[in-house]
Amino acid sequence: MADNPYVVLVRLRMRAQTVYRGSFAIELVASLGATISGFLEIYVIFANVPALGGLDFPAAVLVFAIGHVSFSLADLVVGHLDALPNYLRSGTLDAFLLRPLPVLAQLITAEISLRRFGRTVAGSALAVVALAHTEVAWSPAKAALLAVTVCAGAALFAALFVGAAAVQFWLVEGTEFTASFVYGGSYAAQFPTSVFGTPARVLFTFVVPAAFVAYLPVLALLDIPGAAPGGLPAGVLGWCSPIAAAAVWTVALLGWRAGLRHYTGAGS
Amino acid sequence: MRLWLTLVGIGFRRWSTYRLAAFAGAFTNSVFGLIRAGVITATIAAAGGTLGGYDALTGVTYVWLGQALIGPVYFFAWTELAQRIRTGDVAVDLARPVDPMLAHLAADLGRAAFVFLPRGLPPLAVGAAVTGLALPGDPGAYVLGLLSVAFAVVVSFACRWLVNLTAFWLLDLRGPMTMYLLVTNILCGLAVPVQWFPGWLAAAAAVTPFPSMLQTPIDVLMGHSAGWDAVRLLAVQAAWAAGLLAAGRLIFTLGTRKLVIQGG
Repeated sequence: MADNPYVVLVRLRMRAQTVYRGSFAIELVASLGATISGFLEIYVIFANVPALGGLDFPAAVLVFAIGHVSFSLADLVVGHLDALPNYLRSGTLDAFLLRPLPVLAQLITAEISLRRFGRTVAGSALAVVALAHTEVAWSPAKAALLAVTVCAGAALFAALFVGAAAVQFWLVEGTEFTASFVYGGSYAAQFPTSVFGTPARVLFTFVVPAAFVAYLPVLALLDIPGAAPGGLPAGVLGWCSPIAAAAVWTVALLGWRAGLRHYTGAGS
Repeated sequence: MRLWLTLVGIGFRRWSTYRLAAFAGAFTNSVFGLIRAGVITATIAAAGGTLGGYDALTGVTYVWLGQALIGPVYFFAWTELAQRIRTGDVAVDLARPVDPMLAHLAADLGRAAFVFLPRGLPPLAVGAAVTGLALPGDPGAYVLGLLSVAFAVVVSFACRWLVNLTAFWLLDLRGPMTMYLLVTNILCGLAVPVQWFPGWLAAAAAVTPFPSMLQTPIDVLMGHSAGWDAVRLLAVQAAWAAGLLAAGRLIFTLGTRKLVIQGG
């Protein structure tokens, strides 16, 4: 186990981040900012209206919390792929190409942003509180659905990060084009998809399948016969997040392979 | 005055170099606008058609104007001065025959003037195409609105300047900057209009300059606040701008007394 190069790399990165305890503590707390501002947005909306997109306050908070936890997990593990343009510009990607390990696996283990763990913890706490305020008819299937949803959501966002990074091989200077799908997808996943107009609903169901991250599973979890696309029952669609994640991963990995082949190095 | 206008022009030209980045930013603002427009529309519909003075069309106009102003007013981490303090480059600023704060302010106004074109107009165009916009027919609203946007940029700059000044005393700016961005994002009215805030949050927002950075220019631009109401809001903005700039000047002077530059 200790000889596994990935384990060694990840352990080194984790140690490097936690050496400066004061800075690490500040960053851990600072990472909660997104949780606080995201929750306040929903809180303010529900201070004015009793229901949004067919969901009441606890259910909407649950959608937000599950989307938030999934994204924070993906961000924790692969969020630093955002920095790929820096590697491309400075030519440091060449060093990764020389080592006898897959480039993507090396890049992913090149940094684990432990400070983002603050958001995962806060989001999970929020999800627990929201679940306590909803009436879930708990069964082994429901518990499994919750676990599958969080894992599939994290995998889906991770795939979006990889896909966005793949596009950087061509764009280099246009990081924000792809960021709008990654971060826009995470923002959209935190709201009931039913609030969107048709263009945004199609975009966030079929192109960037954010609806599968939290909204559809929550409909299945709470047995709400919500407005699922295509007239399909939400009870079935809620279980489909792994399929959506697999689809995004397929596109992302194909894109990554094409991008890496397109890469020609930045110089000598 | 001519010197100052030159500095504004230089700020404009410096930012006009990064056109692709600006358009990419506009794309992001448009995607987020699409999401926010959905949320705001659904909320207003759930409230029965009007909420806090906004109906369906003025609600989405509020969203799109907000997305258009994110770039010019600047709601991101700005650490230029802090880096100059840390590296000692601030000594060069002090040696120049212009006030460092006013020189940076001029450059920031130039930046905002440029960024408004590639980052402000596309979200408005997308908004007009997708949801429609309720813009006022009265030219006076645009004159007051542009003035209000200019004040918003000055208030935003003064706040960022103050946060950067902590670099004179602190080594790591990330803590104060993150806190600042968090409070700004909540209280400026970017995600949800300040008029919708529950009492305690509205009271907190009212005693901060943050609504002057976004809520006010949007309301004045779309004619939501007109006439004397708009003039009153502009006066509030002007007071914040003057107060914060005065504080910035004072604290900068205090900081320079503590500053020690290594090397020669």
